[in-house]
Amino acid sequence: MAKVPVQFTLNGSEKAEFVESGTTLLNALRDKIGDTSPKGGCHQGTCGACSVIIDGELRLSCLTLAETCGGANIKTTAGLAEGGVLHPLQRAFLDGFATQCGFCTPGMIMAAKVLLDRTPNPSREDVVEALSGNVCRCTGYEPIIQAVLSAARANSQNVA
Amino acid sequence: MAIRRGRGVAAINYPTGMNLGGDPTQALVHSTPTGNFMVTLSSVDLGQGMKQIMAQICAETIGVPTDRVIVDTADTDTGPHCMGTFASRGTHRAGNAVIQAAKEARQVMLEVAAEELEVNASDLETDGQGNIRVKGAPQKSISIFDVALSAHFKRGRSISGRGMFLIPRSYPEKETGAMKPSTCYAHACTVAEVEVDDETGEVTVLNVKNVFEIGRALNPKMVEQQLVGGSWMGISHALYETTEPYYPNRDHGGTDFNQYLMPGPGDLAETEIIVLERPSSDGPFGAKGPGEMCANPQIPAVANAVFDAVGVRIDTLPITPERILRALKAQAAG
Ligand code: FES
Ligand code: FES
Repeated sequence: MAKVPVQFTLNGSEKAEFVESGTTLLNALRDKIGDTSPKGGCHQGTCGACSVIIDGELRLSCLTLAETCGGANIKTTAGLAEGGVLHPLQRAFLDGFATQCGFCTPGMIMAAKVLLDRTPNPSREDVVEALSGNVCRCTGYEPIIQAVLSAARANSQNVA
Repeated sequence: MAIRRGRGVAAINYPTGMNLGGDPTQALVHSTPTGNFMVTLSSVDLGQGMKQIMAQICAETIGVPTDRVIVDTADTDTGPHCMGTFASRGTHRAGNAVIQAAKEARQVMLEVAAEELEVNASDLETDGQGNIRVKGAPQKSISIFDVALSAHFKRGRSISGRGMFLIPRSYPEKETGAMKPSTCYAHACTVAEVEVDDETGEVTVLNVKNVFEIGRALNPKMVEQQLVGGSWMGISHALYETTEPYYPNRDHGGTDFNQYLMPGPGDLAETEIIVLERPSSDGPFGAKGPGEMCANPQIPAVANAVFDAVGVRIDTLPITPERILRALKAQAAG
């Protein structure tokens, strides 16, 4: 199959690759570019582990073709920490023991980030709704919900 | 037709490890030239926290801070043998092996320190901060960093130890059939409260209250994390999860994870966890295996709560609306 060029911004830096036509963004990120923070759980849009942020929207990278991402601004969990300082969501997940095997964690954090970007002070229902497309086998979800709420509180204290 | 409320209770004993042909795990511990300690295992950390716990156990035994210990569980081809990470055996079996290995390594470490300080090894103690000092004369001390350098470059000693923990195979007694198939039981009790819609058969778990007796919690936050997740998983087993919904007929079986039901973040029951710590006699620092047992008592508790609510005994898992409705129909037919 013919290779197609793709070019996008990933976590602030320009990326250009040739991929097989039909390659998913998930595979392009993991296998071509080496950002393994999005995980491939189901490869069919049902687990949320592959979630990334494309132009501010939460997207499943397993259902997104890399070739449709030309010029896009893509964010993954790998790009959240700044200058070695963890993002408040990462900190809250760590401090709140909201991760066990960790497979769902990057997807959860992406979903939570899009929520907090839009709704800085979410209710518990908002958080549940935002995470409802993400599956976790280990934690029972409650620690994740609590971590997102506590990251929101930490954010609003920093702003205040 | 109504929403009916019920409450169920269940208690379990749960063994640690198994006993088919004996249940062994081995561990090796050695120091690096700069006095960090490596634990080499074949026991796998799949998210349950094996590495953290083994680092704590090794550090506690040798007498160094936990961050001085590196745990390598990389490769079952090259590591010392382990039966595996299953049957809630990791902390108990590997932990005991690590203690044995770490004790041997500690002994060599103290011997080298004794030579450097020109005292008896039996007069030495660790301060837990990375130093070895003479008991009663703490000003006479040496850092473990320097001890390791001395062992490596001056004294030609390997600060290392071997650990082996084996629960031997148990055979049934001919006369009575009595045997010891497993050891070190953890215990748990759950009370579950449910609502059952007797028109749709749908079950909502309102709350679960769990008490877990798990020996000593070597890392209380990680134990709590395991128990919270396990309690959720128990409810998931009770009401949702199956790969064979119409067993033995596979035609209507699930074909992928999309069709494998689990409760999501919107379906959570109010959950309470109480941990009872009663150190076990044969576990590392009193630990038992809290792994799998924490997802068990919710299942019979929910089944009992459903019985309490609508008077039908569902003895096939998961307790689906369909099974409840069929049972209610059979009950009505008398
Ligand atoms: S891998 Fe994309 S949703 Fe599961
Ligand atoms: S932490 Fe294992 S899947 Fe969520």
